[in-house]
Amino acid sequence: MPDLGSVVVVGASLAGMRAAEALRREGFDGQLTLVGAETHWPPFDRPPLSKQVLVGKWEADKAVLRTDLDPATDDRLELRLGRRAIDLDAAERRITLDDDTTLDYDGLIIATGATPRTLPGVQQVTGIHVLRTIDDCSSLRRDLDGPAYVTVIGAGFIGCEVAAAARALGHPVALVEALPLPLVRVLGEDIGKMTSELHREHGVELHLGSGVEGIDGVQRVEGVRLTNGEVVKADVVVVGIGVTANTDWLAASGLVIDNGVLCDQSLLAAGAEGVAAAGDVARWPNPVYDGALMRIEHWTNAAEHGEHAARSLLAWARGEEPPAFESIPYFWSEQYGVRFQMVGTWAEGDEQHVVEGDPLGPERKGVIAFVRGDRVIGALCVNRPNRTLPWRKHIEARATYPVPEPE
Amino acid sequence: MRVVVDFDMCQSNAVCQGVAPEVFEVRDDGYLYILQENPSEELRSKVEDAARSCPVQAITIED
Repeated sequence: MPDLGSVVVVGASLAGMRAAEALRREGFDGQLTLVGAETHWPPFDRPPLSKQVLVGKWEADKAVLRTDLDPATDDRLELRLGRRAIDLDAAERRITLDDDTTLDYDGLIIATGATPRTLPGVQQVTGIHVLRTIDDCSSLRRDLDGPAYVTVIGAGFIGCEVAAAARALGHPVALVEALPLPLVRVLGEDIGKMTSELHREHGVELHLGSGVEGIDGVQRVEGVRLTNGEVVKADVVVVGIGVTANTDWLAASGLVIDNGVLCDQSLLAAGAEGVAAAGDVARWPNPVYDGALMRIEHWTNAAEHGEHAARSLLAWARGEEPPAFESIPYFWSEQYGVRFQMVGTWAEGDEQHVVEGDPLGPERKGVIAFVRGDRVIGALCVNRPNRTLPWRKHIEARATYPVPEPE
Repeated sequence: MRVVVDFDMCQSNAVCQGVAPEVFEVRDDGYLYILQENPSEELRSKVEDAARSCPVQAITIED
């Protein structure tokens, strides 16, 4: 049986922190090192950064993660903050950090998250933002202090939330999306149409189906040039065009990297012993969806992954069969007071059925079920928070559509 | 053990209800209700799990 004297967790945001907490809660009392690129402790919580903190409803310090990890009372807990891991040798079980120090481990949990994609060639131009960290949020907040034309590039959830927040702050807002509708890749055309109406009603100027050709402005951004020839005036640009899993440091590790760290169903990484991955960086076969490989960027997934990766690592160390991670993705968003709660998944080609109320009409209240073949695989609840659980249960039960009427 | 919910933070995500339906319920009006403010000790691990699962960290447990 492998001896687990020391565990290193690389990544000190939600997934990494929850992994470290779970290790302690499950009885691991060896040397525990938590490496994090961001310097803040406790780490900041991300969802409020595009919601309450961005509109100024909350002070930044309210958006921190709660934790019972405390290096002051746990003398075998070490925090290495403001440090990035730059290399892993999984055969030697050795991590190199960006200050050229090394860390040896018996067990490793990789929770390095993801980095927002940026526009190429605009590093010298100020006024262009991404939104991931508290520092990103503070810098964007400062730019939104005075009057500004705000252009958001990318109408995924982050882009839509930022557009709504900038409107709430009173700014003129343009939302640019290369696809024909907002949210269309994750939620399809009908919900995309509803979302575009919602933003239009609240005064957002939508530029759909046009990509970004370039940025106008030498030192400071002045506009966004679209592929259709239009120029959208912009004093502030926010880029929300997705994220890339932070796996560069693992290139020579021996792990299998394929849109994230490839894991087995228990979240143990393929290609090495004693390594688990958690959160945005981990891609694993989800038993709920017949082992389809998933990499999920949601809060709840990161929290659950962290805890589970810790359990799997400990089970491995005890020589036991590590438990499978079965998860129904969960996601929430709020734009202009309309609450979206999604359970499960949806992909192009899956059916959508309005099953309750009128989620796509002017009332914007009801439920849309997502169906693959005859199986319920997900649901979107719009302003119907108490319907998420019953639909989660349908997905869990592998229910077929239509589901039986509730009594 | 006393269960405290910060209702300014609560977004009725209903994750807590999925974990500890004995204690938490999001009703048809869209609001969360605490069914037992002082749940028995045997529910402690469930309630702690619910507090950890809350995506807006609105739940605290006071002893």
